[in-house]
Amino acid sequence: MSGREQSVSAGANPIGRVLIYTLLLVFAIYYLLPLFVMLITSLKSVDEIRMGTLLSLPREITFEAWIKAWSSACSGVDCDGLKGNFLNSVSFVVPAVIISTLIGAFNGYVLTMWRFKGSDVLFTLLLVGCFIPFQVVLLPMAQTLGVLGLANTTAGLVFVHVVYGLAFTTLFFRNFYVSIPEELAKAARIDGAGFFTIFVRILLPLSPPIIVVCVIWQFTQIWNDFLFGVVFSSGERQPIMVALNNLVNTSTGVKEYNVDMAAAIIAGLPTLIVYVIAGKYFLRGLTAGAVKG
Amino acid sequence: MSALSIRNVVKRFGPVEVLKGIDIEVADGEFLILVGPSGCGKSTLLNMIAGLDTISSGEIAIANRVVNDLPPKDRDIAMVFQSYALYPNMSVRENISFGLKIRKVPAAQQHETVARVAKTLQIEHLLDRMPSQLSGGQRQRVAMGRALARAPALFLFDEPLSNLDAKLRVEMRTEIKLLHERLKATIVYVTHDQIEAMTLGDRIAVMKDGVVRQLDVPQAVYDHPADLFVAGFIGSPSMNFIRCTVSEHGRAFGVRLREGTDTVFFAAPQPLQGALREWAGKEVILGIRPEQITDAASSVEATAVIKREANVEVVQPTGPDTLVLIRLNDTPVTCRIHPEAHARPGHKTALAFDLAKLVFFDPQSEKRIG
Repeated sequence: MSGREQSVSAGANPIGRVLIYTLLLVFAIYYLLPLFVMLITSLKSVDEIRMGTLLSLPREITFEAWIKAWSSACSGVDCDGLKGNFLNSVSFVVPAVIISTLIGAFNGYVLTMWRFKGSDVLFTLLLVGCFIPFQVVLLPMAQTLGVLGLANTTAGLVFVHVVYGLAFTTLFFRNFYVSIPEELAKAARIDGAGFFTIFVRILLPLSPPIIVVCVIWQFTQIWNDFLFGVVFSSGERQPIMVALNNLVNTSTGVKEYNVDMAAAIIAGLPTLIVYVIAGKYFLRGLTAGAVKG
Repeated sequence: MSALSIRNVVKRFGPVEVLKGIDIEVADGEFLILVGPSGCGKSTLLNMIAGLDTISSGEIAIANRVVNDLPPKDRDIAMVFQSYALYPNMSVRENISFGLKIRKVPAAQQHETVARVAKTLQIEHLLDRMPSQLSGGQRQRVAMGRALARAPALFLFDEPLSNLDAKLRVEMRTEIKLLHERLKATIVYVTHDQIEAMTLGDRIAVMKDGVVRQLDVPQAVYDHPADLFVAGFIGSPSMNFIRCTVSEHGRAFGVRLREGTDTVFFAAPQPLQGALREWAGKEVILGIRPEQITDAASSVEATAVIKREANVEVVQPTGPDTLVLIRLNDTPVTCRIHPEAHARPGHKTALAFDLAKLVFFDPQSEKRIG
């Protein structure tokens, strides 16, 4: 009803509407400009970059920079582009996202449908995990990984990101499940469903909106992470963000802005794709459960 | 054989006792109502019967089998919830057969059961819909269907009608009663609505503060309430309570009430005379239901009926009756008179007081006298 009222009032005032759209347009351009500059720069040759201005369109479109960034750009001593690091990132981001989302869902389920003595305290403690800065956990985590024999492995990075992400995923799922009536789980218990059956058959089928939120959030966090990547991996195992940093900072000969830009876009593309595919569920999931009924 | 025995059941949350020793026996095929205001422990008791809440001490037996340590699924019960608790991701058919599926009932038998239940509840046309496509009344039916599918020893209803609108509630009430008469099932039904309690129950347990105040058949609870709370809780509009002093008048004990400048003597019913003798000169609380004070014209002639004029303060027509407020002993008293009696506020009207069902309460203990 409030939606209808809003559109009525906006329609009644065309000047206000024009103003709103103009403002939105201005901000959209403002935010898209850097991407635009990156894109056109990545499509120019080094010579053209040197001669033209930042905003001038490429006279001749060339994908050389992209090819170089992908397969032969030098980061540090290696000169085989980002492709290896890209696959590195995929190989630990995907399992880390899946595992942390699943555990978060499970935690949320237990914290809402099977409340026990101290479950609220436990949840509060988990929440604190959201506010712990990366730097604080670096040393203890390095030690833990050493003890577990996971230092400088893909599994080690997965572990780090799962542990760090749990606080967030648990928070998401708990707040989502809290809006689902507890009676649902009770009814299932009387129907004969057990602990896991209720989770798998009743709760999970209701969860797609919050799963999407969780996946987007976790994917963005883990894919974009630099610190854990640079600390807990080395050499060929480095994730793409670390490689990108090295690539941009490698200073031999001419600065190849077009390669830098192409590399940066390659590094950012997966998160963009995840947003485009799942984005429409994102807001829906974030606000679901915020208002009851 | 008793279908359900609750023996000295106590529930504690930390130091707080929410149920203080409940004893109830429910016979096979009986419809028991647990009624009381919110926070009286009725839903907690139901959850304990279902196994969704632990029992602090005491014993609950279903079909002569102590179930204290059995999980809900092994108690042979089915429950209908206030919020219906239909699984939103399953169709009506899947909702009804979920319990059977979990128990690995063969598919053919599942199908048969769903068909039978759907026919009983007249929801055959809804079987392939999702719960979100159903109206409140239809959801209620499906929730009952889910319970019926398993043919358990005991049905538990947790305020199943309180989410429905008034008209639907009356319809579903009748249906539940019909269903009970047809199935001869044992039902424990929690409600806070005293009308539901009166209309549905074979027996009613009126609860307050974790104690069963009275457990009896509906008419007995209505006519002989155990205490002030039960008397006030059951019946709408509720019973009038008037503080007054017991006195003797013409060899009968009763109470003298002031109406304006007049006084009127209400003699206690014959069976209460003995008990009231001991209260002579002391203060008691008189209980008289609104329908026991009616207009003089439509009252029946009986020895226990006395006719008197009284000053009308407020008139509230409800349609079938008109509620009229008079004042006795400076206490507002509701009377239920015929709408044709034309009582007008500020005027005197002739009323008939039926004294046969007067009740008296001890003002200290609040228990009924006699």
